[in-house]
Amino acid sequence: MSKESSTREIWIVFWILLIVTAIEVVLGIIKPPFMVENYIVGVTLLNMTFIVLTIVKAYYIVYAFMHLGSERKNLKLSILLPIWILIPYLLFILLTESAFQEFMLHG
Amino acid sequence: MKKKELQTNDTWAGGGKPMKASYGKLMMWFFLITDALTFSAFLGAYGYHRFVHFEEWPIADHVFTHFPFIQGHYPLFYVALMTFILIVSSVTMVLAVHAGKYMNKKGVVIWLFLTIVGGVTFLGSQAWEWYHFIKGTKHGAVLVLSGQHGQPRVAHYVSPESYDYQKKAYNYSKIDPYSKEYLFKFHKEKMEKEPYNYKYLNGDTVPEDLLNDGKVIRGAPLTGPNAFRYNEYGHTTFSNFFYFITGFHGFHVFTGVIINIIIFVNVLNNVYQRRGHYEMVEKVGLYWHFVDLVWVFVFTFFYLV
Repeated sequence: MSKESSTREIWIVFWILLIVTAIEVVLGIIKPPFMVENYIVGVTLLNMTFIVLTIVKAYYIVYAFMHLGSERKNLKLSILLPIWILIPYLLFILLTESAFQEFMLHG
Repeated sequence: MKKKELQTNDTWAGGGKPMKASYGKLMMWFFLITDALTFSAFLGAYGYHRFVHFEEWPIADHVFTHFPFIQGHYPLFYVALMTFILIVSSVTMVLAVHAGKYMNKKGVVIWLFLTIVGGVTFLGSQAWEWYHFIKGTKHGAVLVLSGQHGQPRVAHYVSPESYDYQKKAYNYSKIDPYSKEYLFKFHKEKMEKEPYNYKYLNGDTVPEDLLNDGKVIRGAPLTGPNAFRYNEYGHTTFSNFFYFITGFHGFHVFTGVIINIIIFVNVLNNVYQRRGHYEMVEKVGLYWHFVDLVWVFVFTFFYLV
């Protein structure tokens, strides 16, 4: 990879991050009614969009800025697997329990 | 069989590099994994409390509405600006790492300097936001009792205007809608059965001195006798989480800036030029990008969702 093309890639990722953030802010201000009223797996379409866009941003930061994309596969997996397994597990327990707790308090 | 003596670069003597990365870089990655788990625990706990106290949880759009030098209601703009600053400083950092790969000292100096400037700007922005969060809004809020949800001793926050309006509206009957007597009328049985104390919806006890006399509270005290006792935006836990999560992230940014400055001084003193590689800039860069990564999630789960 030549020096210029690599710098160009960095700036492309910068624009992607900026545009995705801009989309998030615009959606957060407008709050389109159809996105607030419709639900996917218990979350509004709007919030689901935010979460997906956040993960897209996280992917670009980790892949391009932290150069994880150019590391060896075993290093990639030893970094990503604990994250992929433990965080969804933690969130599953916390959020399920919170729904239960809310139900117990308010019925 | 003759015993072979192990050389330090043998795989079994710890010489091999199965991940093709240096010790320092690996350890930085493993530290970042643990840190990511810490932050996800914090944000997960935030989500837990938010769902449990759903009714009293403030909407971030109504809390963070300030923008420097402009009066009015501008939700999200300021945080978006902070996010922008952090993304830019992340880009300058990766450009510094890139320049380091080509042993370009001048490039590293320029980009690392800009990264430090970005980090300091972000910290300043955060201080400004904290200041307004602590100070609170002009109108403030009043903590009142209400008989909602079939529970007699529930407390929540209303705006002072609506408090006054309700009082006036009920004036003809000479009953204060927020008083214990009024609640007693509708929830006599429950209130006689249980010892009388005020609670939030979730069952937490509410500070009694703040209740029922129309006392206006402002902001979210961080110091003094009222520290962490209430905030005008909603449930007490909200301000606690705000201080803790953004504070912990801000502390990461602060340490990141300090480490960047140390590395910057080393770069100026040709330490890495003599060493033959700029890997130290790359390791610090990993930490800096991680701080940016965490902010992306804080931005979403604190301000957007």
